[in-house]
Amino acid sequence: MRLLIAFAMVLALAGLAYLAGRGRANRLVLAGGNRIGAVHSRPVYHGAYMAVLALAPALLLLAGWAIVGENVIEGQVVATMPAASQPAPGNDRVALMNEVRGLVTGDLPQAFNPLAPVLAPRYAAIKNNLDLLAGALAVALLCLGGLWGYSRIRPDFRARNRVEAQVRVLLLVASVVAIITTFGIVLSLIFESIRFFRMVSPVEFLTGLAWSPQTALRADQVGSTGAFGAVPLFWGTIFIGAIIAMAVAIPLGLMSAIYLTQYAQPSLRKWMKPVLELLAGVPTVVYGFFAALTVAPLVRQLAVMLGMVDASADSALAAGLVMGVMIIPFVSSMADDALTAVPRAMRDGSLAMGATMSETVKKVMVPAALPGIIGGVLLAVSRAIGETMIVVMAAGLAANLTANPFASVTTVTTQIVALLTGDQEFDSAKTLSAFALGLVLFMMTLVLNIYALAVVKRYREAYE
Amino acid sequence: MTALQPSRLLSERLPTDWESPAMRARIAARYRAERNFRRLGAAALVIAASFLAFLLFTIVRDGWSGFLRSEARVVVTFTPATLGLDPAAVAGPQGKVLLARADYLALMNEAALTLGPASGTLSDAAWLELRERLVADPALLGKTVPVWVPVRSTIDLLAKGKFDLAAPADSRGVSDREVAAWRWLEREGRLRTNFNMAFLRNADSTEPELAGIGGAALGSLLTLVITIGVAFPLGVFSAVWLEEFAPKGRLADIIELSINNLAAVPSIIFGLLGLAFFLNFAGMPRSAPLVGGITLALMIMPVIVIAARVAIKAVPPSIRDAALGIGASPIQVVFQHVLPLALPGIMTGTIIGVARALGETAPLLLIGMRAFVTDVPQGFTSPATVLPMQVFLWSDDVQRGFVEKTSAAILVLLVILIAMNSLAIYLRNRFERRW
Repeated sequence: MRLLIAFAMVLALAGLAYLAGRGRANRLVLAGGNRIGAVHSRPVYHGAYMAVLALAPALLLLAGWAIVGENVIEGQVVATMPAASQPAPGNDRVALMNEVRGLVTGDLPQAFNPLAPVLAPRYAAIKNNLDLLAGALAVALLCLGGLWGYSRIRPDFRARNRVEAQVRVLLLVASVVAIITTFGIVLSLIFESIRFFRMVSPVEFLTGLAWSPQTALRADQVGSTGAFGAVPLFWGTIFIGAIIAMAVAIPLGLMSAIYLTQYAQPSLRKWMKPVLELLAGVPTVVYGFFAALTVAPLVRQLAVMLGMVDASADSALAAGLVMGVMIIPFVSSMADDALTAVPRAMRDGSLAMGATMSETVKKVMVPAALPGIIGGVLLAVSRAIGETMIVVMAAGLAANLTANPFASVTTVTTQIVALLTGDQEFDSAKTLSAFALGLVLFMMTLVLNIYALAVVKRYREAYE
Repeated sequence: MTALQPSRLLSERLPTDWESPAMRARIAARYRAERNFRRLGAAALVIAASFLAFLLFTIVRDGWSGFLRSEARVVVTFTPATLGLDPAAVAGPQGKVLLARADYLALMNEAALTLGPASGTLSDAAWLELRERLVADPALLGKTVPVWVPVRSTIDLLAKGKFDLAAPADSRGVSDREVAAWRWLEREGRLRTNFNMAFLRNADSTEPELAGIGGAALGSLLTLVITIGVAFPLGVFSAVWLEEFAPKGRLADIIELSINNLAAVPSIIFGLLGLAFFLNFAGMPRSAPLVGGITLALMIMPVIVIAARVAIKAVPPSIRDAALGIGASPIQVVFQHVLPLALPGIMTGTIIGVARALGETAPLLLIGMRAFVTDVPQGFTSPATVLPMQVFLWSDDVQRGFVEKTSAAILVLLVILIAMNSLAIYLRNRFERRW
């Protein structure tokens, strides 16, 4: 909160710097006889230049303090204790400092660690001092930068060029965020996965057939080691996302696209496309609720009617069906694009030879558009296997290796959520396995996407 | 070379006899196939549309009653003694404070006894109504007035007809005593249905009749403020750089590749990033709109970049050339001419991205925004929950009263999403320019 106030204050001061710089440049313009060219840059650029000089160092300092400040304070607090009673760095220290912070903010009425009440006032004092120091330094930097900028305002100073160069840097930095995010994802997944693979061998993870991540609380419990064979999860993911969902989405999506592009009146097309888009815009948690509350009981009834007495209430079929419906608009819009990209001459040629529309579609249009359609289906598969809420709410947690659609299977995303939403130690194999699963999921979708995009691109080039 | 034998030459072949029965049958079969194919296409559309209709129907059917609540009429005597109030002090300067702190629970318990067989049917928070009445009108002290207070969820569901009373008592989910109490209230005319303001105003609660979406809606708002604040400038700036300033080369290629890949990364992976980086590495607070907002911003940034690039590309080069020709610098061209013209397209993309962020649950699940938050969130760093997460949490609850709450929350979410998407479509149609 205090940091927020500091940020606001720095911003306000920078605003003042802007006004000062612009005012001085304005006076220069008047002194130069108010004639075009008397001052190289317009006053706003002088103001902006001064504001940037004032703001940048102060903001960097505050941001740096926001990131490392807590660590510095903790170090100082621990250093006030006698060396013998200092907690070892790591979990002990983190737990102790959390209690100290809780006491200071009043969130925690009572501490478990007897050291915490002793440290709390010291922590408050040190934090207060250092925060004040950081704030004062930031203001000093701001003033220095601003004064330097103010002193540089001259009629021949090229403020506009400077500001524009700074804006270009800002644009570049914004673009680089995408790279940083990608690297952040890859690195955080890989680091945690490596920690996991130190405990469980990658071979067991990728080829093992048993999945039961429950590690016991006590070492002497039966089955305390847990099993991390992820094949049942991969199978469940593929079974729900790539088999059942696609069995729904491909025929329905493809036929919808064919009907809309080849048969439908423009007015119907105009109405139906938004309806399909609406299917894609419904939040997945809504689909999940629908799958769990409405579709799953129906599927179970069907299974009981078919003679399966112990049919599961969270069957793969229910989750897969609803996921398939969610994917329909995706398949249909990709197929729509692919069919529209087929040159009209091919269609007209076929029709002119006397083929009916369905023959044209089946024997000319779809074969010609096939690469585009396949690319779209692959993209749809990658979306389906990464989909989380439907399977979290409607699929089960039991890792079964079965092809029975009425049985319960579990998926990669379901397990990631199940493993990471309890109150868990972050170092256990159980929680770390979620990151290994995430890495596999990331790789699977990445390969699917790159391949699908390449197929679609090559296909587009063939007709352009 | 049999193909060149005179008898096979086209000119000597007999013309096809279209009238022959065999030929007619073939044509009929082809037309039949054509009709069937066409019907198949129409059927696919109808199935997709009717699924959507079925989904909306079940949610409206289950959810509309969530906006209503049943209230019971209780005759309350605001006895100062029960309330622990001194009438003389109430008239004094500290009156308001005293009134707000009085023992309404005791008063409520006393008043509930007048309901006879239905004395246990009132909600645990019914006393809040009494406080509201008395604070609003201190003159009521010592008087006897009828007050409408909310009833327990079971009675509420009975009044809405959600239980199958013909079923045997042990499987219908409601006890004979509760049914009797409800019948008594109905017979006495002490039950009414009213609009449930508490549902829109309150935060989460363990009691269905008290739970509301107000806290989650505010949490969504705080999260989206962060999301827009981070994703919009980043997305627009990187689109400008890629379209207008990027030199052709490896850097631009890598950025483009990253953005295209990020657009296709499953949302839950962003949750893993948020957990590993923002929470565990950077030590940011769990369950906070700040972290949720940044995570969602990274997720929707590619959507904004892609939409903004299309919009910027659509601005004709002649505009740039004209501005450059009269002496504007490249930066001035972009910020004073290109961006204002591209803004409608950028806004459309942004709204669609933000709508996606509003409906997203999975990444927030991993960064702990599933906390049970009974208070309206206080700021960007305090624990909060969001609308779709509230739907998820309630759908997990075993209490029957939460089914209609879940559907009602979904209705609110869908109405907001449809409004946002309509706004995007409107902006696109209203401001889109064909050059």
